[in-house]
Amino acid sequence: MENFNPFSLKEKNILITGASDGIGKAMAISCSKMGATIILTARNKKRLEETRSMLKGVGHQMFIADLTSQEDIDNLVDQLPPLDGIVHNAGVGSRVLCKLITNKDLDYVFNPNVKAPILLQKAILDKKKINKGASIVFLASRAAKSPGFGNAIYSASKGAIISYANCLGLELAPRKIRVNCICPAMVWTKLIIQEGIEKEDLEEAQEKYPLKRYGNPEDIANLAIYLLSGASSWMTGSCIDITGGAKEL
Amino acid sequence: MELENFIKNFANQFDDTDESEIKANTEYHELEEWSSLTAMCVIALVKTQYGKTVTGREIKNCKTVMDLFEIVASK
Repeated sequence: MENFNPFSLKEKNILITGASDGIGKAMAISCSKMGATIILTARNKKRLEETRSMLKGVGHQMFIADLTSQEDIDNLVDQLPPLDGIVHNAGVGSRVLCKLITNKDLDYVFNPNVKAPILLQKAILDKKKINKGASIVFLASRAAKSPGFGNAIYSASKGAIISYANCLGLELAPRKIRVNCICPAMVWTKLIIQEGIEKEDLEEAQEKYPLKRYGNPEDIANLAIYLLSGASSWMTGSCIDITGGAKEL
Repeated sequence: MELENFIKNFANQFDDTDESEIKANTEYHELEEWSSLTAMCVIALVKTQYGKTVTGREIKNCKTVMDLFEIVASK
């Protein structure tokens, strides 16, 4: 019997940003297990090397880059092979009340979460480093639609990237390039442990989720596999919630 | 850090509670305006004014402004 696997990523070159940790790391590992050749990028060399050492298969590449620097974007894109998949995953969290927001706080979040992926995508398109029929995935967040105290800048940055992704999807549809967003609720990564919040608080809070737990990075990686594979070839302009049943964060 | 200054800064996190209502022995959870939002303001205050990290749990466990001052001072 033929081996039926619509989720295979064989012979696909997939770029993953922010691949040194958390969800990006899990996605890189899982996609390599599905047969993809991974191009990893992040700022931290040591952690990125660790991710690379955990990948299955051969031919993976890694590039150290700070995507908030145009120079780093240009260097990275010059070295990229033609891509079949891109995951814009790199991003930062923030927790600042509206009445305390400063210009610096805005730049801290919007530069990596909004400007960097938009300018990276621009450079990839401009230098024709993306194949027909490719799949682009943005790591957004349920936060875009679920308000929370102190989450204004982060939520706004994710709302911005969702709106951008919708327009990008429209512009790339003629080439059958698909663009989708993943909107996770709370996932166990460093991003959710912030000033003033302790792990025990979060362990308590996750009990309120219908499935009684926050997500693991691998849960999100499995959705990314679907979106990057041919299994989702009729899917573009979608925002998929993955929340353990939670409607609020 | 000084207690007097801390109390003043703490009181400043409230919008509708008069500064005179807040003293060292004030049990802040009992104040009508106190909420999780005020707690977040206090976390931010401790970070920006004193360069220290106080957790939501610690703020929840303290009773009086003095208790909180002592925790922050001990960090």
